[in-house]
Amino acid sequence: MKKRLGVILVVLAMIVVNVAGCSSTETTSDTRDVIKAGFIYVGPADDGGWSQAHDQGRAKMVENLGGKVETIVKENVPEEKSAVISTIRDMVDQGATIIFGTSFGFMDGMAEAAKEFPDVKFEHCSGYTTADNLGTYFGKIEEPRYLSGIVAGLATKSNKIAYVAAMPIPEVIRGINAFALGVKSVNPDATINVSWTNSWYDPTVEKAAAEALIQQGCDVTAQHQDSTATMEAAREAGKLSIGYDSSAATSLPEVYMTAPLWDFSGYYTDRVQAVIDGTWTSDQYWGGMNDGIVLLDTITALAPGVAQAQVDTATKAIKDGSLIIFTGELKDQTGTVRVTAGSAITDEAQLSMDWFVDNVVGTLQ
Amino acid sequence: MEIVFFLSAAVKAGTCLLYATLGEIISEKVGHLNLGVEGMMQIGAVIGFIAGFTSGNPYIAVLCAALAGAAGAMIYGFLTVSLKSNQVVTGLALTIFGIGFAAFFGKAFVGKKVPEAITIFFQPVKLPFLGDIPFIGNIFFNQSVYVYFSYFLVIMVYIYLYKTKWGLNTRMIGENPVAADASGIPVDRYKYFNIAICGALCGLGGAFLSLVYISIFPVNVVGGRGWIAVALVIFAMWNPGKAMLGAYFFGAMDIASFWLQTYNFPVSIYFFNALPYLATVFVLVFTSMRKHKNKKEPAWLGKNYFKEDR
Repeated sequence: MKKRLGVILVVLAMIVVNVAGCSSTETTSDTRDVIKAGFIYVGPADDGGWSQAHDQGRAKMVENLGGKVETIVKENVPEEKSAVISTIRDMVDQGATIIFGTSFGFMDGMAEAAKEFPDVKFEHCSGYTTADNLGTYFGKIEEPRYLSGIVAGLATKSNKIAYVAAMPIPEVIRGINAFALGVKSVNPDATINVSWTNSWYDPTVEKAAAEALIQQGCDVTAQHQDSTATMEAAREAGKLSIGYDSSAATSLPEVYMTAPLWDFSGYYTDRVQAVIDGTWTSDQYWGGMNDGIVLLDTITALAPGVAQAQVDTATKAIKDGSLIIFTGELKDQTGTVRVTAGSAITDEAQLSMDWFVDNVVGTLQ
Repeated sequence: MEIVFFLSAAVKAGTCLLYATLGEIISEKVGHLNLGVEGMMQIGAVIGFIAGFTSGNPYIAVLCAALAGAAGAMIYGFLTVSLKSNQVVTGLALTIFGIGFAAFFGKAFVGKKVPEAITIFFQPVKLPFLGDIPFIGNIFFNQSVYVYFSYFLVIMVYIYLYKTKWGLNTRMIGENPVAADASGIPVDRYKYFNIAICGALCGLGGAFLSLVYISIFPVNVVGGRGWIAVALVIFAMWNPGKAMLGAYFFGAMDIASFWLQTYNFPVSIYFFNALPYLATVFVLVFTSMRKHKNKKEPAWLGKNYFKEDR
């Protein structure tokens, strides 16, 4: 009996330590009439990538709104319905009135929780399910991705660019195609070689994938992954890199040229302010470079000298609307015309994109 | 040449598994099923990195990783050997603890780079003579010193288990602790020793990932590879030599899909991720059909020894 009790106590102690290590509650103020905003991340808040971009947006929002908001953060939440719902229940118990879910896989859990808590506002990043109290938000990351493609296309000498990508879903495919079109605009001979890891965050796997692509002759890497492992592989092989999500200018100065970045602070500030003002309504937000939710990082000295001017021209064209990235004629890998000459792609076709443009090498499975 | 590069990458990917598998073999040979491999690897990875980052010395980094892994194993050892608690539950608890421990202590170091001195120390070095053998040389003998040490360990573990008195006693305890106790072997002392070695090797396996494989410290660098090592022990039928082969096979499967994808090979990545476990199931079926004593698990694996029950 004593033995069993001992085991149970030890197990409990370990679980407590574990939980303490994985989650944290950030309180910024303890005055009475502050509202509480919950943030659910799929990875750690300091992953150097996706979740970090959201967490920086959150921190900036707290700063912008002064003492009017407190945030509750939960990291490493798995993309499972039950885990999402229990996290949300926990946050509502703690008094959250608006909850941001920052990964596509949280969608079903959030939709169900939105029914359970009709008084709480929900904001889901990158999904498509909406309700009266569930809105979606996302940014046109393909715009800065197109720009980063220009840099990569000018930088490559072997005309083979590595692209380590997480999952074959429309969001990622759209990014690869935009990148490929950016490359094509300056270097029609270059190919984009894609390798899937089937994981948003697994440094060892990402590195192995990048090493394989580099070995096959790629001399510039790009990525849709949340860690810096792809760029590390490039550094070891003496190649160049385009990052993603967060700047690697200080951590990997040997390879880093630029990266498409997110800046959620403006959106988070607006939405939380709307809750405070009582003006929040469910919306489907999809902002671009004009809103500042997506941007291209400063281009480093490693990039070819002509890159800056070309990127500046394209940036201006994107911002004034004269350059729409997915405009015809666009052919897929088999040569079939997907978007006819002169016409722009529809939003639905963008949101369900399941084909690669013709200068991409790789399969979609 | 691509196949050579692929195989040398497979050896690199399999090395962390090899360390952990050798450790788990030693633990299981003494009759202790330690499911805390993942946790001990996590502890080793984070402590190895912290020690390396603060000291800049590769020896200190590796030593601390081994000691930290062994310390984690001693928690398990105390609970299962002295308190006779359930091995499966204790092992799982150690894994949960290790993951939390690594997340907690690693947080401040995420994004930090392995010091240059350590990176240079663990750079691949081509061995004289051996490295010049065509094909084999580039695969096995153009690797990091950390990988070479694992070759050495395979031999050491084999000699320890099969050619020394201590190894014989260890295996006897795993097969029949009652008889071992009766013949005057200090059962508990052997158990503690072997469990600690298991932890040290798992710690080294984890530190390989954080110090050699990846050079910028990430969160959760082990990412479930500890569980592959547990399967690998069965796949290798508790044999250090076969563990080596198995580790490289499992390592190759880990990275195979990236190489085949570029040839438009129509097989899903999930198939390759599942293949090692499929192979383990086959080995289990196969060995249970053959009923060969040497290729089976130790008779007392997972059971605690109560002296009073004798």
